[in-house]
Amino acid sequence: MGSVTIPIKEILNILSGCIASKESWETIILNYRLPKALTAVLVGSGLSISGLLMQTLFRNPLAGPFVLGISSGASLGVALLILGSGLFGGVFLSVGFSNWGLAIAASLGAFLVLSAVIITANRVRDTMSILIIGLMFGSLTSSVISVLSYFSSSEQIKQYVFWSFGSLGNLSWNELSVFSIIYALGIIGTFLIIKPLNSFLLGENYAKSLGINIKRSRNIILLITSLLTGVITAFAGPIAFIGLAVPHIAKLVFTTSNHKILLPATAIIGAIVLLICDLIAQLPTSEFTLPINAITSLFGAPIVIWLLVRKKKIYV
Amino acid sequence: MSNFKKHIVLKTENLSVGYQQKKQDKVVAKNINVSIEKGKFVALLGKNGVGKSTLLRTLSKVQKPISGSVYINKKKLSTYTNQELATLLSLVLTERLPVSQLTVFELIALGRQPYTNWIDTLSEKDIEKIHWAIQLTEIEHLKDRRFYELSDGQLQRVLIARALAQDTEIIILDEPTAHLDIHHTFKVFSLLKNLVETTGKTIVISTHEVNLAIQLADEFILLSDDDTVYNGTSEELINQDAFSTLFPKELISFNKNLQQFIINKI
Repeated sequence: MGSVTIPIKEILNILSGCIASKESWETIILNYRLPKALTAVLVGSGLSISGLLMQTLFRNPLAGPFVLGISSGASLGVALLILGSGLFGGVFLSVGFSNWGLAIAASLGAFLVLSAVIITANRVRDTMSILIIGLMFGSLTSSVISVLSYFSSSEQIKQYVFWSFGSLGNLSWNELSVFSIIYALGIIGTFLIIKPLNSFLLGENYAKSLGINIKRSRNIILLITSLLTGVITAFAGPIAFIGLAVPHIAKLVFTTSNHKILLPATAIIGAIVLLICDLIAQLPTSEFTLPINAITSLFGAPIVIWLLVRKKKIYV
Repeated sequence: MSNFKKHIVLKTENLSVGYQQKKQDKVVAKNINVSIEKGKFVALLGKNGVGKSTLLRTLSKVQKPISGSVYINKKKLSTYTNQELATLLSLVLTERLPVSQLTVFELIALGRQPYTNWIDTLSEKDIEKIHWAIQLTEIEHLKDRRFYELSDGQLQRVLIARALAQDTEIIILDEPTAHLDIHHTFKVFSLLKNLVETTGKTIVISTHEVNLAIQLADEFILLSDDDTVYNGTSEELINQDAFSTLFPKELISFNKNLQQFIINKI
């Protein structure tokens, strides 16, 4: 589904290892479209799960990696790496733009902001304030990025801006394997904390009285979310709305709050939604590819507004 | 000497409760020396702001004591892990539950978490216990409803069922009748009284329903206006003139003959 049309029969041939009638088709499928589809699946499910974890942890239906400023934190990490290299000279260049370097920088940025949000959230406890604090951290990081770009060369700024459009393509199999390993770690961790997640539905005091170690569970949730959001933002750019909107779609479709059902449901719906967004972004049969971030926001924003209008039906 | 025959499940020694702050701890209630016997229905009385909730939260390890210690089955509370304590003591709190799509059955099933495996699978025994709790609290007709659809009185019984499903020796309830009308208040009291008699559990509640508590509770902990802490049966407390220290005497006073608080003639 891109600028080159390939018959479905040929696609199946290529995927099953047979030889295609055109060699270029094989390259397009195996080195461009397959990694891209896999990236969409990982990004969509990972962001959605991060959103679900945040909504349960903060017991706030409007929480999500983007609203709480975590994506901005990851952006800050990447900005420091790309733009900061001009400021601080060769120190960063050696770690450079290697896949691990980007992933670590973004994860650290995400972790930093999420920790800050949690520390302040513990002091205010009021859910509205938590959201406002998240937004404040978001604008704080973007202003730091503005300052950084002011001192950077146009080449570096261009590189950063393109990264911030978000893109599911451009990932080599090598990069994809780095991505998958971190993603897998996050997902395995998520399934280990289903029990505390369910008990959080009653609030922290009840969870504690049910034998849950609150601090440890919260730190694990924090770690998983920053790892997933961090690695996704590093490789695909800051993608908005998926993390906020998809968990609500899953909750509305499956009408449950049980994380045993909700986690896989959210992951699958997240993957499907991002695949569809990618399909739209490709503009089938045309030569253009729109930035994925524009598409998710275009469809995500109305969904969030619709949810807010029907406020009585939003669940943690 | 009579203490030898009693089975004390919960005991405090020179306990002070309150909030730890950076400069100076804020002590809400102090010199608390009480002991609670197994299988009793205990009412914690005291006027607003005297530290009832804080005391209950400290007894259940939700918050730390300022000084002194709490013992459960002769073992210091601070040496229990959350997991161990979860099989000994369950809670019904006043705080509102976050809005989720949990059904009544799922909410009660969460009470089985201390016993379930890592992925929270309910065993046959778990399901048996849940149904037992549902039966005792008479909420069979509610079990498939979402909890947010329930009235305050229904929700209170569901929360009690959740605590029962947790199958603990001690159940602590913070103002379980706070938002209830007189009919539902009585219903909750008689349910708790029945549970103590039929299951042998120890139940501690804080309440403002003083007159009802005097009729139904076995023992009392009374936090008085002048920082004295009374602990004993209603007769013992009446002999010590404890009830009349509960409130300032201008408006209401305790009538020893009726064993009730009455309104003074205005």
